[in-house]
Amino acid sequence: MSILVYIDIANGKIKKSTHEVISYGADLAAATGDQLIGVAIGNCQDQLEELGTFGLQEVIQLGKEIVRNTPQETDAWALATLATEKKAHTLLFSHSLGGKLLAPLTAARLKAGIVSGVISQPDLSNGFSVKRSVFSGKAFAKIAIKTEVRVLTINPNSYPVKQTGGVAKLTSAALVAPPTRVRSKNIESAAGALSLTEAGIVVSAGRGLKGPENWGMVEELAGELNAALACSRPVADAHWRPHHEHVGQTGVAIAPNLYVAIGISGAIQHLAGVNRSKVIVVINKDPEAPFFKAADYGIVGDAFEVVPQLTAAIKKVKAS
Amino acid sequence: MKILVCISKTPDTTAKIAFTDNNTKFDTNGVQWIVNPWDEWFALVRAIELKEADPSVTLHLLTVGESDADPIIRKALALGGDEAIRINAAPAESQFVAHQIAAIVKDGNYDLVLTGKETIDHNGSTVGGLIAGETEMPFISLATKLDRQDKTLTITREIEGGQEVCEVELPVVVSAQKGMAEARIPNMRGIMAARTKPLKVVEPIPTNTYTETIQFELPAPKSGVKLIAADQVEELVRLLHEEAKVI
Ligand SMILES: Cc1cc2nc3c(=O)[nH]c(=O)nc-3n(C[C@H](O)[C@H](O)[C@H](O)COP(=O)(O)OP(=O)(O)OC[C@H]3O[C@@H](n4cnc5c(N)ncnc54)[C@H](O)[C@@H]3O)c2cc1C
Ligand SMILES: Nc1ncnc2c1ncn2[C@@H]1O[C@H](COP(=O)(O)O)[C@@H](O)[C@H]1O
Repeated sequence: MSILVYIDIANGKIKKSTHEVISYGADLAAATGDQLIGVAIGNCQDQLEELGTFGLQEVIQLGKEIVRNTPQETDAWALATLATEKKAHTLLFSHSLGGKLLAPLTAARLKAGIVSGVISQPDLSNGFSVKRSVFSGKAFAKIAIKTEVRVLTINPNSYPVKQTGGVAKLTSAALVAPPTRVRSKNIESAAGALSLTEAGIVVSAGRGLKGPENWGMVEELAGELNAALACSRPVADAHWRPHHEHVGQTGVAIAPNLYVAIGISGAIQHLAGVNRSKVIVVINKDPEAPFFKAADYGIVGDAFEVVPQLTAAIKKVKAS
Repeated sequence: MKILVCISKTPDTTAKIAFTDNNTKFDTNGVQWIVNPWDEWFALVRAIELKEADPSVTLHLLTVGESDADPIIRKALALGGDEAIRINAAPAESQFVAHQIAAIVKDGNYDLVLTGKETIDHNGSTVGGLIAGETEMPFISLATKLDRQDKTLTITREIEGGQEVCEVELPVVVSAQKGMAEARIPNMRGIMAARTKPLKVVEPIPTNTYTETIQFELPAPKSGVKLIAADQVEELVRLLHEEAKVI
């Protein structure tokens, strides 16, 4: 029996969330005594060799001549076939954009129980049950999977990456899948931008900043922290910032190590998308702002004064 | 063209999250129910716009739920659509829900199936892909824009670090998110009309559930905020570095 890990490649690069999923798989394989096999689709050979160090025993590259920026829906056919060939009982994906596309399609083909947004190792004491985040981060649920084959997507930033130093056997095979009926016409990538869901630190600002012209200081702080940028919903609705930065219940849900919220009141719908952050820092001039109740550290003060000072203080620490 | 929009019932975004029966059931006491925002604001409104542009479009709304979902599907109908279908079963888990919906899709020969990005209670983001997998229709996830030229759709979707514009021939399953349409408020005429629009209740097809929720848990409460004076930002940096170890 085996455990299959889907290696998510975006713009020719293996994502950090894939390393997390491999680490998850390695711990699961150690518990069940199964083989841990990675599956990559397309041209990325140079990056596959190092994946053994995260715990993969074998990496199978499907269609190594294929060059593309993003997964295709019919890749699920190939993944399902391979899972059956390799007698996989569990398939692991990241709860990333690629995983959200392929995991359900693969689960449908395999008639597998699917649990998405998993945050910890399965409990194998009585069957197979996993913990996932529900109610937009306001609670957790323990879900038992009753099928013999299971599909899991693992929430980014919820499982630590471990490098164990192994070596993976590299093999390749043809990508056997029907041609997709979806014709890609154009890809626009925000090259260089840090992925919001994968970022370890996120700096976010709200309506307290008064207007888009004041985002310079937020960008500087984010730059100093190597952080991704986010914003509250009214900020995106007013087109002060692009939609993809909107976090919350109706935006992106994130769980970074550090979330810095500047001039955001902390409405329940905003918190729903960020409450899984490990540490929350709130900067708000109103001591009664609800966000302080959800924060670990807070500064009651004017963002226009505090933020530049904070950037300077971080710069100083980094220099020393 | 026949469009099916999948509508789910979710607790209001401000609902208090609590559990009963030894943390095995969601406590519905005092909870207001709404149409899942992703389904209403984006999937449904875009479908209505397609029908407004081409009155020959048939637009059906579908929910898997028990009779307590009726007011919710009527609320959705008040925005638009010709009729609603309710599959009379508790939406136990995603494969179960997808099997039920897929049966209706095959039976009704729908050309376009629209779902929301995710439900705000379950947050699965799986039902759309499962329907596509089961019906062997192409699946376009997380669409932010959808235009139609006869039988061809041009769709923009979110991909890692950017967006992709693609084209596909009907039939297709699309999950919708922000950007696809602007939220609408139902008007009086719509609300009145929704009362007389057909709501068909159909019994579920026999199928297994693949997963089962056995227990809920609330996160540990935060220990309380540590406030730092506005002129002491260096202290904050020190705490983040030495105590929280996040920078
Ligand atoms: C169904 C539904 C879904 C929603 N989904 C989301 C969502 O996904 N994400 C989301 O963010 N919101 C969402 N909202 C909106 C949410 O309820 C709030 O309205 C929104 O989060 C408020 O944004 P804000 O904090 O930026 O603005 P405000 O509430 O206006 O708060 C601005 C804050 O800035 C502070 N401030 C002002 N000036 C300064 C200064 N100089 N220095 C420091 N602080 C200052 C103020 O004290 C205030 O606390 C949703 C609402 C609904 C009804
Ligand atoms: N019980 C249901 N009835 C109808 N559609 C549903 C139901 N549950 C989920 N969906 C659809 O599937 C989408 C994704 O749901 P989920 O996979 O649960 O996050 C939702 O936005 C709905 O469009």
